[in-house]
Order: sequence, then structure tokens, then C-alpha cells
Amino acid sequence: MSTRTLVSPAALARPRGKAAYWTVFTTVVALFALAFLFPVYWMVTGAMKSPDEVTRTPPTLLPEQWHLGGYTDAWDLMQLPQHLWNTVVQAAGAWAFQLVLCTAAAYALSRLNPAFGKVILGGILATLMVPAQALVVPKYLTVADLGLLNDPLAIWLPAVANAFNLYLLKRFFDQIPRDVLEAAEMDGAGKLRVLWSIVLPMSRPVLGVVSIFALVAVWQDFLWPLMVFSDTDKQPIGVALVQLSQNIQLTVLIAAMVIASIPMVALFLVFQRHIVAGISAGSTKG
Amino acid sequence: MTKTAERLAEVAVHPVQAPPPAGDGRRRRLTDQARAYGFLLGGLVCFALFSWYPAIRAVVIAFQKYTPGSDPEWVGTANFTRVWHDPEFTAAWRNTLTFTLLALLIGFAIPFVMALVLNELRHAKAFFRVVVYLPVMIPPVVSALLWKWFYDPGAGLANEALRFLHLPTSNWSNGADTALVSLVIVATWANMGGTVLIYLAALQSIPGELYEAAELDGANLLQRIRHVTIPQTRFVILMLMLLQIIATMQVFTEPFVITGGGPENATVTVLYLIYKYAFLYNDFGGACALSVMLLLLLGAFSAVYLRLTRSGEGDAA
Repeated sequence: MSTRTLVSPAALARPRGKAAYWTVFTTVVALFALAFLFPVYWMVTGAMKSPDEVTRTPPTLLPEQWHLGGYTDAWDLMQLPQHLWNTVVQAAGAWAFQLVLCTAAAYALSRLNPAFGKVILGGILATLMVPAQALVVPKYLTVADLGLLNDPLAIWLPAVANAFNLYLLKRFFDQIPRDVLEAAEMDGAGKLRVLWSIVLPMSRPVLGVVSIFALVAVWQDFLWPLMVFSDTDKQPIGVALVQLSQNIQLTVLIAAMVIASIPMVALFLVFQRHIVAGISAGSTKG
Repeated sequence: MTKTAERLAEVAVHPVQAPPPAGDGRRRRLTDQARAYGFLLGGLVCFALFSWYPAIRAVVIAFQKYTPGSDPEWVGTANFTRVWHDPEFTAAWRNTLTFTLLALLIGFAIPFVMALVLNELRHAKAFFRVVVYLPVMIPPVVSALLWKWFYDPGAGLANEALRFLHLPTSNWSNGADTALVSLVIVATWANMGGTVLIYLAALQSIPGELYEAAELDGANLLQRIRHVTIPQTRFVILMLMLLQIIATMQVFTEPFVITGGGPENATVTVLYLIYKYAFLYNDFGGACALSVMLLLLLGAFSAVYLRLTRSGEGDAA
């Protein structure tokens, strides 16, 4: 049972309505396939063409011969295992730091009544008004002063200063009924114990959302890692791709692009239900 | 006065219990505070170091001659005037504003129409949602490189498509007058999935009776869109518009990867110029002066956005 939308079910049931519906439906499927799937198809197969075939006009829809050489060359020549590993380390660390420190801070602000808690929360929320990219240069200088350039900590620690995620966690913790926490404390549980055994298990959905946001943010960021990792061996895959894109064969570069996309696309396909629901739900409430 | 009266009434209803011994209570309060700050500490240090301090520092350095390793020197507004007279400054702001405007025109209308159509479809809903969001999950660097390849004047897919349709070919990202539009297309392609999904959610929250009533009053399809759909989603439209302005004015990856700011400075954006000042010219004072300008402008948009979301939440409650 679906709700009434722009076009009424009665109009759709009429023969003319049916015909119009299926025409629109087919057009949209074709358009979506062309606009969103075809570029991805082109990338995956482009990497399997031979170097001359990929630059040929008119182009071929299917590779004449399927070469896997592009992928294996990308893997070896561009040191992809190294860069992928760097990205994984950076993303995993940012996720862990954010989860531990933001959760603890949100719990304190929500449940432990720290002195000046309101002021601190205000200061955190105020950072939402500051566009992130406008602060990259002074942030870079601070990281440089701390001696963190070319160190994964340069990704991990700034990731914690994420007002959006912290506020999301705080609001979720605010909704947990007081009685539940008081009952646990009555049984002699300390604050940490309450957080670990009561609050966190109840907060699984929001922790999932924060985790996905944290991972995606690091994996997709470009400017910040470009600034802080001048050392080629430490660069994440995105930065390395751009640095290496100048003097590498096209098919090899395309293969590397495909490899760089796989982890996030796979994450999306596995968790798409949650990701899509999260975006849709988060938005209407602002 | 009323406050005091309220407090008195409160005391009357809930008589204050005998206070606990002073020393013990204070000690307990102190340990409570110590514990609270123990939990807060890590997050607080990170915010202080990587949000609050850089914000202050940007303003300070904007008035200094600053080179890492040597002592900063106060120079008044010299950074601002120097940056202001840089020919690239005008180009960067013009490009950024044009980019934002084009992104609003292209990247705003298309997702709305798409959501409108998708909301009417009864089949394969999950397929559409996944497919439209797929480009969002492709790393922005990869989308940029992918489109750089499509825009290639020789064997690029973009010109191939035009030839297939018997249309004149274009220079795309290599032409001074088409480069910016080409970048907007990439950004729209890569980001619209999120916008479409948010619109879809907003459309689904419109009560069906409104459409029914409008139809009974004889409103045709376009009239229903105009008088029901758009007013009902006005708030979401406004929010997304503000968010998009804030996001697109910080564009960096596409011009950096696809055009390198060229041709003839046609795609140098403000953020790109900030990057150049810091890392090419080693002029951190100039970079921070530019950052402060960007910050003031976008901060104003963000303030409006937060204000509206707050009041929106108030309405919903």
C-alpha cells in the first residue's frame, strides 16, 4: 500500500496512464544506466583494453581482448598495496579516535554535568559555522608545529574535532531514559561501566551512522592529506593517484582508479540500506 | 519578581532536605567534575588544537608576515591589500561565484526533477536509489580523473558522444570558456545522489490528501507541482540550497585535478588560490588573509543555515 503522490493511482490505472508510466519508467532506467552506470562500466573495461585501443576513435564498447595487465601493473608499478594500506590505517585510526573520544565527550556533556558544559557545547556547535576548508592553512601550521606532518596522527586527531558527529551522539544519549542509567548506578556501576554496558549497546544505530560518516570522510578527503603527507610513501591512495597520474600509462591509471574505488563502493553496497535510510532520515529533521 | 515567586512556590512544594555535610558534598562535587572532565578531555583537546586555535590563528596570521621557521612580523593590512591586487584574486572570486551559481542552476534543478520523477515510479525503487548514490561513493579524486579522461579532446568520451549525435565537439575542460561548466558537470554528477535522496524523503512526507484535494479542484499536473509539491518542500529546498552554496564555494579537488586552475586562470577558485599562496608562494599571511575572507562570507551563510534548522526543529516539535 503506497501513499498517494503527484499522480493518482486512478490515472495510472487507465490505459493511457499505464502507457505513459511505462514510457517514463523505461526512459528513466535508460537514463540512469547511461549517466551513472555507464561511466563506471567504461572505467572498469577501459582498464582492460590495450594501450592503443583505449585511445582509439571511435572507441570500442567491449575490449577486443581482455587484458588484466592494467590491473596487475597498477598494483605493482604504482605501489597500490602501500597506498591502500596507508588509507586503511588513516581511516581506521580516524574512526577509532573519533568513536572513543567523541563518544566519551558526548557522554560527559549529556550525562555528567561538567562545569561550563553549556559553554563547551556552544563552542563545539559554533565550529559548525566555520567552513572546514577555510581553516586548512592555519590547521596545517598547527599540525606542523606539533611535528605531526607525515604522521597518521595528522589525520586521526583533527578527525575527532567533528562537531556534527559529537552533537549527533550527544542528542542520542540525551534521549536515553534517566531511570535506566540510575538503576545501573544503584547497582553500583561506575560512570565508565554505565557508558560501556548500558549506553553504548543502546546506541548501536547512531554509532553505526557515525562510523560510516567517519570512514567515508577520511577515504574521500583529498586536500588535507595532500597538505600533510609530502612523503610519497605515506600518502593515501587518492593523493598518490593524482601525483602519479602525470607519467603513467592511461590503462594503468584507470585500473588504479578502479582499485581505489572498490573499498568505498563495496562498503556502500553492503550497507546501502542503512546509508540510504540514514541520509533520508537525517535530512527531513534537519 | 515572578522568578522569585516561582522559586518560593517550588520550595513550598518540595521542601529542601537537610543539606549533606558541606565538606563531603564539595569533595563529591569535585570528584564528579574531575570524572566529567576526564571523559571530556580528549575531545576538548582536539577541538582546541584543530578547530578553535586555528580559527583564531587564521585571523592573527592574516595580519602578519609569516614564514614557518622565522619569527612572525606584524604588517597590518598589507596581506589583504597585496592579495586584493593580485590579478588572480578577481579571477578566483569570479570563478568561485560563477561555479556556485552554475552549480545551483544545474546541480539544483536536475536532482529536484529527478526526485520528482522517481517518487512517482512504483518499480525498482531500490535500484534507482543505489544507482544514483553510486557516484557519491566513488572517491572524488577518481571522479575527477575519470572525467578528465572523458573530456580529453582526442579520444574523450564526451566528444565521442557529441560526434555520435552529429553535434559540434567542444574543448570541455581545455577551453577557457567551457572549463568552468565542465567542472560543474563533474561536481553535479559526483554529488547529486545525496541531494536526490534527501528530496525523495521530503516528497514522501507530503500528505497525499493535499494532492487529492488539488486534483478535485481541477489542478493539473504542473499546477499540483507548483501549488502543492514546491510549497510543501520549500524548507528542504532552502536548506539544501544553503548547504550547496557553502559546499560549492569550497571547491578544490576538481580544478586541482582536472584543469590545474587553467586554462588562463579560468578555473582558479578561492580555495585553490589559498593553497597556492601557502604551498607555492610560501606566503602564509596571504593565504590566511584569503581564508579569513572566505570564512566571513561562508560563516554568514552557515549562521543563517543553523538558525533556520533550529527554528525548523522548533516547528516540527
